[in-house]
Amino acid sequence: MIKKLPLKKSCLFIILFFLISIAKAQQGISGIHGNFQTDIQYYNADSSINAPPVPEKVLANSFLNLVYSSDKFSAGIRYESYLNALQGFDQRYKGNAFLFRYASYTADDLEVTAGNFYEQFGFGLIFRSYQEWGLGYDNAMDGIRVRYNPHSGIYLKGFIAKQRSFFDYGPGLVRGADGEFNINDIFKSLAEKKTKITVGGSFVSKFQEDNDPVYKLPENVSAFAGRLNLSRGNFSLGGEFAYKINDPNSSNNFIYKNGESLFLTAAYTKKGLGATLTVKRNDNMNFRSDRTAIVNNLILNFLPPTTKSQTYLLANIYPYATQSNGEIGGQAEVFYKFKPESKLGGKYGTNISINFSRLNSIDTIGLNNELGYESDFLKIGDNLYFQEFNLEISKKLNKDLKLILTYITQVYDIDVVQGLIGHGTVYDNIGIAEINYKFNSKHSMRVELQGLFTEQDMKSWAVLLAEYNISPHWFFAAFDEYNYGNDDKDKQIHYFSGSFGYTKGVTRVAAGYGKQKQGLLCVGGVCRQVPASNGLTLSITSSF
Amino acid sequence: MKKIFAIGIFIGVAALSCYAQEKKTNTIPSINIKKLDGSTMNSDSIRNDGKPLIISFWATWCKPCVIELNTLEENYKEWQKETGVKIVALSIDDTRTSPSVGPFINGKGWDYEVYLDPSGDFKRAMNVNLVPHTFLINGNREIVDQHTSFSPGDEELLYEKIKRVAAGQPLEK
Repeated sequence: MIKKLPLKKSCLFIILFFLISIAKAQQGISGIHGNFQTDIQYYNADSSINAPPVPEKVLANSFLNLVYSSDKFSAGIRYESYLNALQGFDQRYKGNAFLFRYASYTADDLEVTAGNFYEQFGFGLIFRSYQEWGLGYDNAMDGIRVRYNPHSGIYLKGFIAKQRSFFDYGPGLVRGADGEFNINDIFKSLAEKKTKITVGGSFVSKFQEDNDPVYKLPENVSAFAGRLNLSRGNFSLGGEFAYKINDPNSSNNFIYKNGESLFLTAAYTKKGLGATLTVKRNDNMNFRSDRTAIVNNLILNFLPPTTKSQTYLLANIYPYATQSNGEIGGQAEVFYKFKPESKLGGKYGTNISINFSRLNSIDTIGLNNELGYESDFLKIGDNLYFQEFNLEISKKLNKDLKLILTYITQVYDIDVVQGLIGHGTVYDNIGIAEINYKFNSKHSMRVELQGLFTEQDMKSWAVLLAEYNISPHWFFAAFDEYNYGNDDKDKQIHYFSGSFGYTKGVTRVAAGYGKQKQGLLCVGGVCRQVPASNGLTLSITSSF
Repeated sequence: MKKIFAIGIFIGVAALSCYAQEKKTNTIPSINIKKLDGSTMNSDSIRNDGKPLIISFWATWCKPCVIELNTLEENYKEWQKETGVKIVALSIDDTRTSPSVGPFINGKGWDYEVYLDPSGDFKRAMNVNLVPHTFLINGNREIVDQHTSFSPGDEELLYEKIKRVAAGQPLEK
């Protein structure tokens, strides 16, 4: 049974918070701070882009964080409001409540947190609890956490908690422990050594009752991970390996196979040059505190995607999302600056960056038993899920004019990445020119011209974007995203939208009006389907 | 439910009035962050010997952040000479992109001190909603100014403020 968030407990927290704030503030260690955001949208029905009518007309997601902190003590609450949740957010976000509250103190190198907290172990392969407001992703924990720093360079953490699921908590109990050791800080004799080494290990276990009438499901599922960071001069190496015992769940079709994950990254860097190489392999690593949870609910771990984070509109039409059930691949990246006054650098220097990433299926042999399949660790599967080559050249032409040229080519398996059927694979080429021009010390402008060319899916797109900035307060922007290549004449739609915003210090108000196409919004490898919409948006953020 | 809401408002007002009376400035909270070599350090170690300090929260995938840090870089040497200011670029990249922060910085030729906050602890403690979010800190480690977002030209206003802080003058509201 899922329990409702106990309101009485929230109430107690608030009163405690209140008393402490007053008492402490009078001692002169003031520290009440927080932040606020509201995103409001007015919806028009628009059948031409499949934007459904919204009965409420207006929807809004908002939060207010209120935190008190002093040297040794900190307490906070977050009020969240979904009246009702914006389109595309999980509809289990509904209503108003204090959904996050905690108190924590530090004494003698020990930090204790009671209530809600976020946490990450190592690279996150077996545990990362975090929030991404724009995605409606929040897998906060609720329980007790301790962090202990007994000796210079030794960091220990442990927790026992439940996990948030929208306005409730999931049914599972989660226990975790982590140790990290900065070798050069622990042993004084090594402090000055050129080689810096950090090692760490973590353990996470979840408990969920087995009420299944047919299957005997493991009630306790454990996962382990070990990691290493090594650096010497210009060179560094980091990686984590994780292992999970059998964890039949909805995502892996209730097979009893173990899971494993490897993430390894090497970097070489000196002034003017940076290069990284990352490889990874994920095999049956969907890890949740509730074996029946789906989509972005009750996820315990984070498997970092190894593809470039895109900033341009058209480069985000086909975004890759981590395939936790099985993927193998990696990425290579180079950043280089041609020096000013050199042949290719010109007067101001030229920056280039190159990124190549590729992800395939893992090689599997199906088994006719509860394990589901077996897989050779080093073999790459035959199915290509995603590939991208990205070249960006950025050049300052004179004091006021800067040009950025980008070429991207992608291969994208829609069916696998988005979990659909019958859409096939897209092969595209994208070209982007961006011009930044500064008229004077207050006025500047940015123009983007983008084209995506493909023979598959919705065919080709073009984007024209213009943004005008008046420092320090105003921006005005307008763009048209045009699906000119669509075979269906009725779908050759101009998604036009305009927006403006005002910023003063840490307060920002932005409003926009226009059409938003249906698509996948991804932040940090976690994605949310954004439905098509037509209407007015208003967003306010501020902090104090 | 109504009761909770009322209490909430009451606390808010009470706390804010206390805050207003105190007129104390917030200082940098003490939080564990990461160095580029993967080791842990405390934000207390971010110091600039009583001279102005800028902490700019950014990410490799955030375009306005990169424009801001590029712009500051163009002026950094001169600003350092005039005011002794130090700029710290605090990356909120998660483990997806944090391994490439070091190479990214060097590829751009930036001269900043760079730290990572992959768990978001420091970002939350500093109430950072959106990036870029830039803090100006005086010699007593008090946060005297902050702003979110960046437009070309903002750097000139920032420099005016840095000069005042370096000279020990209060900032105009």
